[in-house]
Amino acid sequence: MRDGITNILVVGIGGQGVMTAAEMLARTALNQGYDVKKTEVAGMAQRGGVVSSHVRFGPKVYSPQIDPGEADLLVGFEAAESLRWLPYLRPTGVAMVNTLRLLPPVVSAGLYDYPADPIGDLAASGIEVHAFDAGAIAGELGNAKLVNTIMLGAISDYLPFPAEILKTSIVEGFRAHKPKLADINAMAFDAGREAGHAKTVSRRPAA
Amino acid sequence: MNAVVHAQVESRHLLSGNEAVARAAWEAGVRVAAAYPGTPATEILENIALYPDIYSEWSVNEKVAVEVAIGASLAGSRALAAMKHVGMNVASDAFMTQSLAGVVGGLVIVVADDVGLSSSQNEQDSRYWGRFGHMPILEPADSQEAYEMVKRAFALSEEYETPVIVRMTTRVCHVKAMVTVEGQRIERRAAGFQKNPQRWVMTPANAKPRLPVMHERDRQFRELSETTDLNTVFSGDDRRIGFVTSGPAFMHVRETFPGAPVLKLGFSCPPPLEKIRAFAGQVDTLVVVEETEPLLETEIRAAGLAVRGKDVLPRFGELAPSVLRPAIKPLLGEPYQVPKHLRADVFPRPPTMCASCPHLGPYFALSHIRNLNIIGDIGCYTLGAGHPWNALDTCTCMGASLGMAHGMDKGRGESDEKKSIVAVIGDSTFLHMGMQGLLNMIYNRGNVTVLLLDNRSVGMTGGQENPGTGQDLHGLPAPRVDFAKLAEALGVRPERIRMVDPYELPTMVKLVREEIKMEEPSVIITNRPCSLTDRFESLQPYAVIDDRCTGCGNCIDLGCPAISVARRETAIAKSGKSKELVFARIDPNTCTGCHMCVETCAPDAIVQPQPQSRVIRIQPHA
Repeated sequence: MRDGITNILVVGIGGQGVMTAAEMLARTALNQGYDVKKTEVAGMAQRGGVVSSHVRFGPKVYSPQIDPGEADLLVGFEAAESLRWLPYLRPTGVAMVNTLRLLPPVVSAGLYDYPADPIGDLAASGIEVHAFDAGAIAGELGNAKLVNTIMLGAISDYLPFPAEILKTSIVEGFRAHKPKLADINAMAFDAGREAGHAKTVSRRPAA
Repeated sequence: MNAVVHAQVESRHLLSGNEAVARAAWEAGVRVAAAYPGTPATEILENIALYPDIYSEWSVNEKVAVEVAIGASLAGSRALAAMKHVGMNVASDAFMTQSLAGVVGGLVIVVADDVGLSSSQNEQDSRYWGRFGHMPILEPADSQEAYEMVKRAFALSEEYETPVIVRMTTRVCHVKAMVTVEGQRIERRAAGFQKNPQRWVMTPANAKPRLPVMHERDRQFRELSETTDLNTVFSGDDRRIGFVTSGPAFMHVRETFPGAPVLKLGFSCPPPLEKIRAFAGQVDTLVVVEETEPLLETEIRAAGLAVRGKDVLPRFGELAPSVLRPAIKPLLGEPYQVPKHLRADVFPRPPTMCASCPHLGPYFALSHIRNLNIIGDIGCYTLGAGHPWNALDTCTCMGASLGMAHGMDKGRGESDEKKSIVAVIGDSTFLHMGMQGLLNMIYNRGNVTVLLLDNRSVGMTGGQENPGTGQDLHGLPAPRVDFAKLAEALGVRPERIRMVDPYELPTMVKLVREEIKMEEPSVIITNRPCSLTDRFESLQPYAVIDDRCTGCGNCIDLGCPAISVARRETAIAKSGKSKELVFARIDPNTCTGCHMCVETCAPDAIVQPQPQSRVIRIQPHA
């Protein structure tokens, strides 16, 4: 964090819920009294393209974009996409990664290679990486759409406000609009939170 | 319903610039709003549509949208038209004259520039229109300002009887930021149209006396620009550089150089040259930070001031702190080294067509027919230029395919003699600006095979309605144009108008082959809805039976994102040549059971695991 600003970059592929997750973070930060800006470039993202959503909050936020090397936290909904946005992370940053691999047609057709070990590449760059299969956790809980909440749970202990605040914000949101999903999302959040701690791939060496 | 629609005074909301514009329009008492969808402006009208007090519509194109707004204004209503930057080109014929005649009810044109071309065919600077059309421009830097400036724009429009432009960019439209809602709707009754031919009938004799009126208005705006609080100095102690800036560039300047004085222009056209002169006198170096064209910079230099700008800053693309630092630091005599960031090299992930996309069939056909020049248009089907189809040869602007195809036919080069000219255009683009091109082609005895891909949606912008969908902006039933009858009315012979199910690949290929041989224009109309809209019905997914798959790869050529390569093998053919086999798999979570790929599979290796029905339900094309 610099100037009291927290920079979170949420990345993935169109349709994965990247923008919804970013929106949830932004709203929660707003309710904590922070100035907030959230932006994304996703003009054609609905067609399977790259999506990145920038969330910035602090006492006063001017520019909405996170510059390369400025993100405190990278939330990756897909393995190679997480690696793609590595240049945006600070050397002291944390990457929270869903290990899902989604191969685009250009890779499937053999025009490009999918990185053999994107998580390993992330870890090799010296940042702190946590990686786990959010889809598997969602599957155990019985609903693939829970990935979003699981990822938010996973980063909840890496935010400048208590994890419970984000959890309450998410769960109450469901209770207001889709009450049947409130309890399962609470469970998903906790499961993600646990995975975010347990599945540590690499830690930065102590200074 | 959206929370902001019911927002109370003094409540804080996280709003996009587009949502903020909608709220402001409602508060300002707007009675009529019109737009054509276009990134990044689309959500302005979608959000205005949430306010029942405002009549809102998808117009067929931006010119009509502005004309609707003009008509409402002459009737005494406040009116708003919204569009993306290229929409202004289409609309310009209307507003270039109306700015001369003037307006009655406040008329605001909100234009959104796609700086950085995230979803556009060019990057153009809409601030020129204010200069060209003698209209003032307000430039918000974030959602709060968008909210405030739209209300200011309506007041200005009525006070000076002119259309007012509010210029947004992607980083205002699509950035969500805090907005404090300040008011509620103020109802404004329409006074009714006051007939006054000298004012509203723009014949030369009536238009001429309006010219001095318009130029006097310009003079008044130059004065206003000097005094308005929309043009403000943010003081700073580090006076080595003083920045002049507008729009979201202001945010990047404040973020990067918090100690520098900044003259922020919210009312940027006409610019306050005396204010700028006074500001320049207080700083060592004057630097203009503006996105895309050096517009303010040129005007300031013409006023005799020494100014820096595009000599160090980029001429195109978005600005950001990371762009400003390396450009400006050397001006401060501070050497700047670009920081070394962590590195990663990852394959590109270009946008693709969707599973069951009704455009897959036509592109499968086009990619399998030789000797075609395929003249394209603006929409999801522009993706046909990419992998694996490589079946689109041009894309210029909305509706251009028909005129350009006709011209390519008439202007054939030697190498094109044996080629057929095909135009590809979608339903909404055809209604926007394509019909005229078809009429022109018929009238002038052209010969082009037109593929009219009717997916009953404005697909690329998120599935909006149009006159071909049978529903209006609010989802209510609306009259639906009959494309076949329309083509016939324009002069295409009924025999040459072919309706086709784009999922029936053999028919699709056969029809295109037949029609390109004809010595007259043909229109082939597809009839499947966009698979992302409610009109599309998903069926049971298909799967590949691995034992039956021969690795021919035909289904992969379809370009469906649900189909991927399971494995590759090299086989030796009877001729002794080695041949690469590509075995397919289908992702059951992505497949929607459209059966298009089944048509490509000779060994019947693609099946529904538990066949329910071979009958595919088609939305009636009534």
